[in-house]
Amino acid sequence: MKMLGHLDRLEAESIHILREVAATCDHPVMLYSIGKDSSVLLHLALKAFYPTPLPFPLLHVDTTWKFREMIAFRDRKAAELGCELIVHVNQEGVDRGINPFDSGSRLHTDVMKTQGLRQALDHYKFDAAIGGARRDEEKSRAKERVFSLRSAEHRWDPKSQRPEPWKRFNTRKRAGESFRVFPLSNWTEQDVWDYIAREGIEVVPLYFAASRPVVERQGALIMRDDDRMVLAPGEVVQHRMVRFRTLGCYPLTGAIESEAATLDDIIREMRDAHVSERQGRLIDHDGAGSMEQKKQEGYF
Amino acid sequence: MNTDLLERPELRDAATQARIQPAIRPTSLLRFLTCGSVDDGKSTLIGRMLHDAGLVPTDQLESLEKDSRRYGTTGGVDYALLVDGLAAEREQGITIDVAYRYFATSKRAFIVADTPGHQQYTRNMATGAAGADLAVILVDARKGILPQTRRHSFIAGMLRVRHLVLAVNKMDLVGFDKNSFDALVAEYRRAVEPLGFASITAIPLCAREGDNLVLRSLRMPWYSGPTLLGLLETIDAGQIADTTAALRLPVQWVNRRSENFRGYAGTIAHGSIAPGDKIRVLPSGLRGTVARVVTADGDLPRGIAGQAITLTLREEIDISRGDVIVGEADRLTATRELSARILWMDEKPLDPAAEYEIRIGCNTANARISAIRHTIDIHSYAPTPSAGLEANGIGLVELKLDRPVVAAAYDEDCDLGGFILVDKHSNATAALGMVTEQETAAPAASAPALREWHGRSLIKAASWRAIGSIDTFILSWIFTGQVKTAGTIAFTEVFTKIGLYYLHERAWVILPWGKVGGSIAGEGYLAGVMRKIFKK
Repeated sequence: MKMLGHLDRLEAESIHILREVAATCDHPVMLYSIGKDSSVLLHLALKAFYPTPLPFPLLHVDTTWKFREMIAFRDRKAAELGCELIVHVNQEGVDRGINPFDSGSRLHTDVMKTQGLRQALDHYKFDAAIGGARRDEEKSRAKERVFSLRSAEHRWDPKSQRPEPWKRFNTRKRAGESFRVFPLSNWTEQDVWDYIAREGIEVVPLYFAASRPVVERQGALIMRDDDRMVLAPGEVVQHRMVRFRTLGCYPLTGAIESEAATLDDIIREMRDAHVSERQGRLIDHDGAGSMEQKKQEGYF
Repeated sequence: MNTDLLERPELRDAATQARIQPAIRPTSLLRFLTCGSVDDGKSTLIGRMLHDAGLVPTDQLESLEKDSRRYGTTGGVDYALLVDGLAAEREQGITIDVAYRYFATSKRAFIVADTPGHQQYTRNMATGAAGADLAVILVDARKGILPQTRRHSFIAGMLRVRHLVLAVNKMDLVGFDKNSFDALVAEYRRAVEPLGFASITAIPLCAREGDNLVLRSLRMPWYSGPTLLGLLETIDAGQIADTTAALRLPVQWVNRRSENFRGYAGTIAHGSIAPGDKIRVLPSGLRGTVARVVTADGDLPRGIAGQAITLTLREEIDISRGDVIVGEADRLTATRELSARILWMDEKPLDPAAEYEIRIGCNTANARISAIRHTIDIHSYAPTPSAGLEANGIGLVELKLDRPVVAAAYDEDCDLGGFILVDKHSNATAALGMVTEQETAAPAASAPALREWHGRSLIKAASWRAIGSIDTFILSWIFTGQVKTAGTIAFTEVFTKIGLYYLHERAWVILPWGKVGGSIAGEGYLAGVMRKIFKK
């Protein structure tokens, strides 16, 4: 008699889901957003197909506003692991001059992330996109299936999702339809960090506290990662000990003041924290139910 | 007042301090669901329990207060808004789809499926119940047991959710009266007794104000049982893998690294496996020997149920996705005919002429529903003869598949016993199903005792008469000393007694009294069917 631990059960479930994608979808891709969840997802995928290399490429939808450290980490990781990495930029958005400062977070996210993702999926004809979203992140994500069907227009219909009992996934779809697949559905933020610590997974250094140049704007601490961020009158760049709980576009991602410089520090800090992870994501606060709306439109 | 107690922060903090940020990570996991009729307070119960256990982050509490003013249905803080996530749900104040919530105390990690109460969304309740260890069924203390209470209890029982908690909510509206509680609980226990839960615990609650969720209610001193969270933290979650059981590995994906590496990847459904073990492949029946149990962290000396592994064999055998690798001694076989309980989930009713796709284990086949043996009346749980099955209906059916698949009884092995049926035109998931024990074996063995072919009875009579007539001839010869007389008596008797024996034999065949092993003859059709449905 033997018992599998909590993390062992989560790991096995995720590996099962990843293998199901490889076995049932014709042309899958794994979305790689460079964050901690993506790092865990990539680690699990390497395990799922071991000793065979990943049977699908990685796709990063680059909004051109990611932290520079993220991009460096992405390129180094892909080279180290020998994974095929596709980087897609919505060139049309760039040409229109869309940016998070002047266009607003909503338009920027829609054009550069949501539309960018749809362009890439259509262009490469991927029929399944594997992502690292977790149900505990946000309320509308708590309702999402593991194999979540999208129409040919990439829309999500939350009111008529397919029932998903046990691990029996209905992977049938019509031409043009595709799946978003979430192997980390049942993981929590705490599980992710515990697993990173247990497996020794490398993550972007931005998660660890360091002295960084930040500007206080609308109650959030925004790191000035490059000089595209123009200071408003009265704003000053200060060097503070900060870190990030989640990573997105740097102008839209608030830092938290922290001294947590190691994994143990982060795990301890998270246990003492009383705010949720996505609080630093400005796009979630665009209006009540705003994540659901973005997801219906095709946001991951 | 209890409300005052709950609202006094120093008391609440003292009570929740230990839980708030567990110093040690819990190792066990309990999956449970909340269900019951609409408006019984399921989402409120989860929201309030998370709040009282100190597990709601500050920023979510702030948006809760804001949202309560905008959407709230209760006047004060509406804890249901912590879990109802879809805009339509917030507008209508109801739960449409199952929402998963995750929390952990120092004792245990929990995955909660908060499921909808409307009959229309029963399929989402069933999705939440599949794989759960425990169901919390809410009833409104004023309304008592409603059809939906009975329906959800039946589905939980059918899906083999082991433990059941009857949460009698809104006790404040019946004046915290012990007698109303006791009467309701007694009625409920009688109703669900045949469903075979390992345990049923009833708890009186006022979810909105937190009574008996995390803290013991001072307003119901007559209740001495556990609080809801207390029970959830301590009940047996049943996750110990039996490593002595025979292996069952549904092959999910064939890993062909190179000419030298051919592995069979899958999640061990049952039992355990070690290098050197002899295996059989179903449905082909080919035999082999395990070479390695491969994982990215190195080969395992033994793989156990629940682990996602890759197996290599010493022999080169043709194995593909959908095959099942079993221990040599396992008597599992592949079959093209299945008996199953199903819950119909599609808006489009069951079509006996249509071909559905069945997904069982890692296997896929085409299936037709060849017979609906009966459907279940949700009010009485009685099997009812029926020609059809509509959305949210439950029935016992026979399936005929276009090729053999490996299936086991759901009660023994939910990985190889649980399946879905997919509508091949709309691609909708039309039904979920659970394979019942393959009953062909028992009735087939007992059938000769029930019915006998007439020719066989006649031949039996003739063979018996031959022995009897020789006996009669010898005795008559001894008594009379005359061969001719003895021969005449014996010869005449052959014909009269063959006729008599045959009639006597047929009379006994018709009489059911004294027969053992037959399931239908002795107890009547209805009782036999009930026994099969409610087999524990």
